Amino acid sequence: MTGDVLLSIEGISKSYPGVKANDDVSFRIGAGEVHALLGENGAGKSTLVKMIYGLVKPDEGRMTLRGATYAPGEPREARSLGVAMVFQHFSLFDALNVAENVALGMDNPPPMRELAGRIREVSEGYGLPLDPSRLVGDLSAGERQRVEIVRCLLQDPKLLIMDEPTSVLTPQEVNILFGTLRQLAAEGTSILYISHKLEEIKALCDEATILRRGKVVGTCTPREKSAREMAEMMVGATLNAPERAAAEPGPVALTVSGLSVASPSAFGTSLRAIGFEVRQGEVLGIGGVAGNGQDELMLALSGEIRTAPDTVKLHGRGIGHLGPNERRKDGVCTAPEERLGHAAAPDMSLAENAFLSGSVRKHLTKNGFIDWTGTRAFAEDVVKTFDVRTPGIGTAARALSGGNLQKFVLGREIMQEPEVIVVNQPTWGVDAAAAAFIRQALLDRASAGAAVVVISQDIDEIMEIADRFAALNEGRLSEPVPTQGLTIDQIGLMLGGAHGMHEAEVHHAHS
Amino acid sequence: MLILERRPTPSRFWAWGTPILAVILTMIAGGLMFAILGKDPFEAIRTIFWDPLFNAQFAAYSRPQLLVKAAPLILIAIGLSLGFRAGIWNIGAEGQYIMGAICGAAVGLAFYPMEAWFIFPLMVVAGALGGLIWAMIPAILKTQFRTNEILVSLLLVYVAENILASMSLGLLRNPEGGGFPGSRNLGQYPSAANHELIAGTGMHWGVVAAFITVIASYILLQRHILGFQIKLAGQAPRAARFAGVSPNRLVILCMAMSGGLAGLAGMFEVAGPAGQISIDFNVGYGFTAIIVAFLGRLNPVGILLAGLLMALTYIGGELAQFMLGLPSAAIQAFQGMLLFFLLAVDLLSNYRIRVPLLIKEAR
Repeated sequence: MTGDVLLSIEGISKSYPGVKANDDVSFRIGAGEVHALLGENGAGKSTLVKMIYGLVKPDEGRMTLRGATYAPGEPREARSLGVAMVFQHFSLFDALNVAENVALGMDNPPPMRELAGRIREVSEGYGLPLDPSRLVGDLSAGERQRVEIVRCLLQDPKLLIMDEPTSVLTPQEVNILFGTLRQLAAEGTSILYISHKLEEIKALCDEATILRRGKVVGTCTPREKSAREMAEMMVGATLNAPERAAAEPGPVALTVSGLSVASPSAFGTSLRAIGFEVRQGEVLGIGGVAGNGQDELMLALSGEIRTAPDTVKLHGRGIGHLGPNERRKDGVCTAPEERLGHAAAPDMSLAENAFLSGSVRKHLTKNGFIDWTGTRAFAEDVVKTFDVRTPGIGTAARALSGGNLQKFVLGREIMQEPEVIVVNQPTWGVDAAAAAFIRQALLDRASAGAAVVVISQDIDEIMEIADRFAALNEGRLSEPVPTQGLTIDQIGLMLGGAHGMHEAEVHHAHS
Repeated sequence: MLILERRPTPSRFWAWGTPILAVILTMIAGGLMFAILGKDPFEAIRTIFWDPLFNAQFAAYSRPQLLVKAAPLILIAIGLSLGFRAGIWNIGAEGQYIMGAICGAAVGLAFYPMEAWFIFPLMVVAGALGGLIWAMIPAILKTQFRTNEILVSLLLVYVAENILASMSLGLLRNPEGGGFPGSRNLGQYPSAANHELIAGTGMHWGVVAAFITVIASYILLQRHILGFQIKLAGQAPRAARFAGVSPNRLVILCMAMSGGLAGLAGMFEVAGPAGQISIDFNVGYGFTAIIVAFLGRLNPVGILLAGLLMALTYIGGELAQFMLGLPSAAIQAFQGMLLFFLLAVDLLSNYRIRVPLLIKEAR
């Protein structure tokens, strides 16, 4: 499969003010090869593919495509030479239908009727059924991605670049996508696959190039390496899997029952009769694709949305009607998904941000006046204990990298020693080392007797730290089940499977 | 081509450098405008900024005027700055100022001609309450019905102006005034008058109140949890809700503080420098205070300095009209330029300007 070289990259470098995004990067992609580009956030993967797609010009180095010099000045030129890209964030218009959206992304779109026919033909040929006349606003995330992929396939690409394609998909949808990609590779299309999900790369890719801080630090054949080995190449350090002291779960700490909440936002998902229990010392993982009510559940648990008293109970006492600070006082701490702007104020210093949610439990006010000495001590404590890399606690939150700010936010909540802690996407956009640290800290808190609720889209994360798993789908929560012995397929079915495709299989599984 | 690059943290230097740069740019552009009008720009700038303080002929009159004019500006601007920081836009301080003056004067006149120590303190309370209650109209409409406080507070200025006209022609008209509009002169009613405390300085109770307000708001913003909540709500509304701040409570509190302070300013003005309720009592302090608040970077100490500077342009502007025959519209344009330049150069504190050519050569 890897006979001819399709794209060869030699000595590419690219600098931005203050950072060398790519430093002398070289690798080759063979025709029909699925090539993985691996690396942590900020390793330079995105910059590299932007150069291949003509969005950014390299400072140094050269590229050749099928033996000819390749230096695209703009994406249009890259597309005309057979290079197509599916972005992590979709560029689709909700109010237009599938065919219209596809036409907008093409350089020379054919007449609409002909285009609709071709969309149907291509999408079915590759196992990605799409109705060209449906409005994009009505499609699921997986279906939207199909629109982007079909748009690329219509241009008959030689190289297809996919940037983190599975972050919005359920496991079943991932399987469908992989089927399509394997079929494309078998037909001779090369695929450059960017991800940090190592199990996926093992399952799909022929070769992998690993980037760290803008440099190539290794290549490997993913099938022959363990996920752990690849992760260590990415991070450049030995990783320890989270461990926890075995302990019997205690009495029930948090009870949620019949929790129905109308979403405060027009495009949000309302919660419908959510119910679960979490015991002391237990970790409950709530999985689901983003936009299925995670934000609303978080707001209802933090107290930013108030409900009837008995819908949320702490140690059997109704707290649904209480606001965030009253709940903190009682022992419920939360860490929302959006770090800048929700969990932390971007322009405020770390000390001020420590006060933001820590004032109640850490007793940082006296008669309404702020105890800055105590606040600074608490902030210093968080920075030190959670290894937050910052020049000092006077630094504005927005100046911290995503991973460091996340460590600060999680540290701030955990160090208040809550009895119940709820976190949403605790390791989203955080590098592997920091993610391992955060997961360990959550497990330690559980071992110390707290009830922990982890809302996450990352199934691997939930499997790693949660005792029980429940799926959130369109505002409904499934019955929590023990994670031990749970397979990825079962989780996929709980998450609702692949939208609009696998209903038949779901019925099968039940019968 | 220039590139604007967001700074990781706001520049401390430019946070204080921008107002100074704005003043300099205003002098340059204003000088050009004066030159186009056929006046000597240097003389005009000197007349506005220098003569009121140091010219032997005018300073004796102008210097006390500085505090008299700055006090209401500072009082109102401090109140507005608290709301502005929280993202609550009270644009109607002028109306609250008028209502404070009417209520304060009405209480004083109700006791006329009785002499008693408690009359003036009672007027102070009435003035503050008058402005506060007037500000509660947009505040409650906003919290209950989601109306826009900018529109409601602004439109209430015109309502207040009509009440002012009605009062000076009717209810509060001086019965011994020979039918002329306007109330009795409070300056001639010792128990109600806001006297100059130290002769020849312009220092009256309003000036004292302005200084106290500056210090109090500084402490509020630096040390008190309410000040923290105000800043948080303005910078990151979602984080404020996460921190347990109730947006409605903040709207009521901020509108109450800004309305109350504007009412106080109006009361001190009517009992002191103005002396009486009249149709043309208000001269736009409530609107100019918006400029003062931003020129002072919504910071109490900054507002103190900006209030003094703005008062100087008022006095110097009058002097320039009188001495050089500059049209009053030119002076107002000059003051407007100050806000314009301030907002324009403000982006330097959050962005740095880069010239792409130079970057490449530097490598």
